[in-house]
Amino acid sequence: MSLSLVIGCSLAYISLLFLIAWWVDKRAERGVSVVNNPYIYALSLAVYCTAWTFFGSVGRATTGGLSFLGVYLGPTLLAPLWYMMLRKIILISKNQRITSIADFISSRYGKSTTLGVIVTVIAVLGIVPYISIQLKAVTFGINTLTHFRSGTAPGPTAFWLDSGFWVTVAMATFTGVFGTRKLDPNERHEGLVAAVAFESIVKLISFSAVGLFVTFGIYNGFGDLFTQATLREDTAKMLTFESSGITPFSWNVLVMLSLFAIILLPRQFHISVVENTSPRHIPKAMWVFPLYLLLINIFVLPIALAGKMMFDASIHPDTYVLSLPLEKGAAWLALAAFIGGFSAATSMIVVEATALSIMFSNHILVPLLIRMRSIGSNNLVNGAARLLDIRRLSILLMLFLAYLYQKSVGSTYDLVSVGLISFTAAAQLAPVVIGGLYWKRATHQGAVAGLIVGFVIWAFCLPLPSMAQAGIISGTFVKEGLFGISFLKPYALFGVTGIDPITHAAFWSLLINTWTYAIVSVNTQPSMLSLTQADLFVNIHKYISGHEYDILKREAKIGDLKSVLNRYLGETRTLALLNDYQAISRTVLEEQQTAQADLVSFVETNLAGAIGAASARVVIDSVAKEEPISLDEVMRILDQTREAVQHSRIMEEKNEELKMLTLQLTNANVQLKQLDRLKADFITTVTHELRTPVTSIKSLSKIILDDHDRLDDERRTTYLQIIVNESDRISRLINQVLDIEKLRSEEPVQQMEQLELTEIVLHAVAGMQQLLTERNIQCSVTPTDLELPVYGNRDKLIQVVVNLLSNALKFCDPQKGRIDILLRQKDKFVFFGIRDNGPGIPVQARQLIFEQFTQLHSKEQGKPHGTGLGLYITKKIVEQHQGSIRVESEPGHGAFFEIILPLSEPSNRVLEKNAY
Amino acid sequence: MADDRSSQLIILFFVFVVLLNAPILQIFDRKELWFGMPALYFYLFFIWLVLIVVVGLIVRKKRK
Repeated sequence: MSLSLVIGCSLAYISLLFLIAWWVDKRAERGVSVVNNPYIYALSLAVYCTAWTFFGSVGRATTGGLSFLGVYLGPTLLAPLWYMMLRKIILISKNQRITSIADFISSRYGKSTTLGVIVTVIAVLGIVPYISIQLKAVTFGINTLTHFRSGTAPGPTAFWLDSGFWVTVAMATFTGVFGTRKLDPNERHEGLVAAVAFESIVKLISFSAVGLFVTFGIYNGFGDLFTQATLREDTAKMLTFESSGITPFSWNVLVMLSLFAIILLPRQFHISVVENTSPRHIPKAMWVFPLYLLLINIFVLPIALAGKMMFDASIHPDTYVLSLPLEKGAAWLALAAFIGGFSAATSMIVVEATALSIMFSNHILVPLLIRMRSIGSNNLVNGAARLLDIRRLSILLMLFLAYLYQKSVGSTYDLVSVGLISFTAAAQLAPVVIGGLYWKRATHQGAVAGLIVGFVIWAFCLPLPSMAQAGIISGTFVKEGLFGISFLKPYALFGVTGIDPITHAAFWSLLINTWTYAIVSVNTQPSMLSLTQADLFVNIHKYISGHEYDILKREAKIGDLKSVLNRYLGETRTLALLNDYQAISRTVLEEQQTAQADLVSFVETNLAGAIGAASARVVIDSVAKEEPISLDEVMRILDQTREAVQHSRIMEEKNEELKMLTLQLTNANVQLKQLDRLKADFITTVTHELRTPVTSIKSLSKIILDDHDRLDDERRTTYLQIIVNESDRISRLINQVLDIEKLRSEEPVQQMEQLELTEIVLHAVAGMQQLLTERNIQCSVTPTDLELPVYGNRDKLIQVVVNLLSNALKFCDPQKGRIDILLRQKDKFVFFGIRDNGPGIPVQARQLIFEQFTQLHSKEQGKPHGTGLGLYITKKIVEQHQGSIRVESEPGHGAFFEIILPLSEPSNRVLEKNAY
Repeated sequence: MADDRSSQLIILFFVFVVLLNAPILQIFDRKELWFGMPALYFYLFFIWLVLIVVVGLIVRKKRK
């Protein structure tokens, strides 16, 4: 068959597609929607059947038996759930003007630009192999038709002689022209859908024709064909899983992968969601689409068996659909079959490339250009045209990526193996989409983490090893594991072997992807916007029938909105859109200056159709200022509430503090009153104490004065002696009162120095020796040679010892008086104890004795001598030396006073001295 | 939305997931011809057809 005939037919077929699309678009402009029909919807869904189905399934059947069917049973199984799930996705997408699977995921998780980029990257890189097999199939087909049995299979040639290159160029041109004829804010392309539905009919008819020809033309029906197949070993092997080497596990995984693919592949999402004209079409599609899949698969196994029985290894099984009619001389049928395969490939490429280019431009190029301000205000008119150019450019880019992939890697694999790599990539979106639909707690961070982990494992397990095998990168990691770690082999992760690469990669990537997604989601907090979006997605039914969902209240100048719309949609569309709005809301925009929230939202959702939700938000945000009830405002209000709560908490705390202060004040007041009383007591006592000696001095002086002639010398001397003693007492009392005043003012002790306590004690005892001897009191100091360094004022410390000593002296047994002074040192303290053998101190008096003017009275002794200030002064002095005083006593067995003073570190001081 | 059909379809989904996956599938993985067709081929297409018919019947029922 000549090349020109094949190309001529292909071009004629393409022209027919253009004609259909043009006619449908024309009708749509007149308001008649041709594609608003459940059967056309179901047929357009059959874009799922590509050249993979048309050529690849047969090839797959020759090696994997019936395993090729898994790819079609997955979508069939999911069909019953469309009633809930697909409907939900469509309702959400229409509500949010979602234009692609990337847009869907990005919108769900808070209109995240990051997620849009990640999903787009996964989709583009993941789908490139899938596109490459379409190019390869068409090239294969052309070569088979023109070179069948000619013995000159085309070898490696320069690219301008390579038919695959020209197929790519032709496809890129076709897709560029066909898929981007106009820019629609909803990304609805009725002409495209109609053409795809038409192509579905063409491929089903032509494939069935070949099937019928083989089954009933070459053989006598199914019975004959299958019976003959059972007689040959190689064909009998294809009839069961067991003999064709398909493990139950890999079958189950394959069904699961294809179940995800029917909704997650970018072109399937585009056709089933974005291009959907009404959710009412779903019920019919639920059984028509599986029926289509069933019909197109009936003859796959018969054709594969027939080809296997008829041809040797020189004919590639992927070309049996063409080779069988050619072999039997039915060239017209072969050409028809090629057109069928060609239509399967073109429909896939057109829809896939359109879907991907929407993602690529909306999530990567446009945000990039907005950031670079390249689509500036100087280019208002051409914005829409430029957007289309960007789309065309991305289509071209993707097709040539696919071409390169096919040239370098794809040529060594059969069609289905390469296609399944893409299925596995698309399945990575499953956790975030399903979770996004039903799990409100899922967060943006979880989605990002899950997707990245899944994508990395996918890339490591599938495309990278195949690139290594093609010699593009070093292959050592395939055999030895990444970095030589044996459980990081791409075909045997964690040492698990015996599973085919696709099943293996799908299992691990999806498992770890889902876990990461779930665990990170649970451990992160969603943002405010993410939360509202989550609610909108999960509980969409709440929002559709009721009020418009609008938490973002914004307003903008109508002029600004207009210029933004002009930039991205063109003037005609803008005008039409604003007219629509005026009609719906019954307002006249020209009368208004500022657009209200609903118009801003209306513009944003429509713009989202053209440039994606994330980009639209950025653009609108640049012209819209937020009204009081904006999200920020909500946050601010929340902040204020939080502050108020905080304030009230602070108030409570203050209140508590105040209560505490009041309590302290009351206590202080009580103390003050007590002190006041003490002061009054003090004065009374002092004056009383002063008056007693003064009275006796006065009376004695008067006696001496009045009766000086009658007094004998002895008596006068006695009187004068009493007067001197009483004067001494007064002066002592005055001195002590002065001492107390000094102590009260709490001036730091002056003239502190390094002292030796033992020496001070001995000095004080020596000074008192006269008195002790007079009273016949035994006094002992033990030990006398202990070194007890203290830091303090020598005179004050002597006063302390003297006070305590005279105190003991006062209370000693009058007959057998005995005073023991004990000195010791423990830890960092020195102890000075003094024991007498007097009557002791009653328990209730032990604290009182250290107060001012406390004097213990006893029945036997009556009022003792002294002022009652001694122990008080002692205590104060000890406290000034950072020490303390305590008393032990057993009534009847004397009292024991002990003073504890901090030990001064002589070694340190010596060292200090030496240092100078 | 939450009509009978939703629950019927969900049950249908799980029933057929079981029917069309291992290990149930392995029962029919036999080297014999049923009605002139390999057993597994016949079984898969038969169940497939049943699924289509049942789904068709469920969604065709008139809303109350």
